[in-house]
Amino acid sequence: MGRIVGLEGSFAVAEAVRMVNADVIAAYPITPQTHIVERLAEMIADGELDAEFICVESEHSAMSACVGASAAGARVFTCSAGQGLELMHEVLYIPSSMRLPVVAVAANRALSAPLSVWCDHSDAMSLRDIGWIQMFAENNQQAFDLTVCAYRMAEEVLFPAMVHIDGFFISHVIEDMELPAEDEVRDFVPDYEHPFVLDPDKPVSMGCYAPPFIYPETKKAQEVAFEATKSKILATWDEFGRAFGRYYSPVELYRMEDARIALLVMGSFSETAMLAIDEMRDAGEAVGLIRLRLWRPFPFAELRAAVKDIELLVVLDRAISFGMGGPVCSEVRSALYNLADRIPIISFIGGLGGRDISIAEFKYMIKRAQERVKEAGMEGAEMPEMIGIRE
Amino acid sequence: MIEISVYGRGGQGAVTLAELVALAAISEGKHAQSMPSFGPERRGAPVLAFLRVDERERIKIRSVITEPDVLVVLDPGLLEVGDVFSQLKEDGIAVVNTKEPHEVLKSKLNVERLATVDAMDIAKRVLGLPIVNTAMIGALLKATGIVRLESLDHQLEERFGKLAAKNKAAMVEAYNKTVVG
Repeated sequence: MGRIVGLEGSFAVAEAVRMVNADVIAAYPITPQTHIVERLAEMIADGELDAEFICVESEHSAMSACVGASAAGARVFTCSAGQGLELMHEVLYIPSSMRLPVVAVAANRALSAPLSVWCDHSDAMSLRDIGWIQMFAENNQQAFDLTVCAYRMAEEVLFPAMVHIDGFFISHVIEDMELPAEDEVRDFVPDYEHPFVLDPDKPVSMGCYAPPFIYPETKKAQEVAFEATKSKILATWDEFGRAFGRYYSPVELYRMEDARIALLVMGSFSETAMLAIDEMRDAGEAVGLIRLRLWRPFPFAELRAAVKDIELLVVLDRAISFGMGGPVCSEVRSALYNLADRIPIISFIGGLGGRDISIAEFKYMIKRAQERVKEAGMEGAEMPEMIGIRE
Repeated sequence: MIEISVYGRGGQGAVTLAELVALAAISEGKHAQSMPSFGPERRGAPVLAFLRVDERERIKIRSVITEPDVLVVLDPGLLEVGDVFSQLKEDGIAVVNTKEPHEVLKSKLNVERLATVDAMDIAKRVLGLPIVNTAMIGALLKATGIVRLESLDHQLEERFGKLAAKNKAAMVEAYNKTVVG
């Protein structure tokens, strides 16, 4: 049986890694991910977790160690944030191409310059194409649950999985959550055997040299296999729901029944946005909230189903792609472009570098989006608007 | 839901105060959330921490607190820096660490309800350190009753180990000495 505890988001992640009994942890501390690494190092030192902690000198080495350990059949973990993920970047493509079920947590952080340790999704957006399963948590409970699910998914489909938890807004928040019993978690994430483990008695080659006559075939195989992860992701969440009572899905809806306008968000501001939706619903407005839980593989079908009856979609990005706008919005637009009845999609960028977004600002975005469509129709929807900027 | 903003300086333990009270509230079966502010984390710099406690519902909001029900001020020097009290809700209460007599401070500040204690004196005597957060937990509990004093015992032991007893003594002394009115 689970119990209700007060736990910092970082410690919730560390508990998940302890309960799945990870074998190898290689990580380099960086704000706001530091507490996860510190707690895991403490668990290992105190004998609460029987794992090898590899003290690396950089994030690049952290991921390299995870790749090697995972290839040798170990259950591995790393975590990073912001600049650390950027330094790790080159190596992040390796486990996805080599089909290694590495699990990582990103405590999302803005990118330099100017230097910021605070949250936005710039680091996450730079990782869009690394070929990992990627999902976003909204609170500490989900940080725990999704980390547990990440192991189950990764090991079933042989792809790495990353859980995004917003730096500070989740990593440093203490709140009440249910911590399941360890044996329940172990039942859900059973021991795993990598089918092609590095073994001197049964040699295999991984990450070989691929000239043009074979490289494209490897990428096609990777894409086909990655697209096929979707059914296992759904099955994992379904089984998790039945075991623990909390259900997750690629696109989650809040008060979307009869909604004409929807706001789409991702990450820790989702629940604040819910309160804005509640206030607008109380005022008689037909608005709802769409939360993108699964970022990769991108949930095209679920998103299309979510917007099928609405007239206007408002997307909040917590990152900017310079010269392009909001990255989440551009992906949402491309997912919906081929619909017969296209709706205006208005892009807002906010919450950069840890800037707060209040309930009032969420309401403003929805109001302002309606004005822009009234003023300029589909053309009015083109440019993103940054909110809360002092001019 | 009760919303509490804690003003202090880096090293005084504002974040720890919010965390310990949140954990104590959760141990009483309440819903609680502590959230550090997002300012520079170094000794001496102004630090802000947020604490929310709700007896009925899970706390959804993750924005900063802009209109607190309770304002805890760990460093009396911060009273000079800016008008932190203007954001306090009309029926809110300010809990201030000060050497000034209660009535003197009350006449200076534009607040309806005030709780005062010389937490620095208690911290220096009991802990031998100028760290006022555990004494100010005592003041906060006296002023608001949001959690029971004994609910902090376990949290203090977890956080401070062999220094827990002294911190508990500081908290209890401040609880008893805090003037509310």
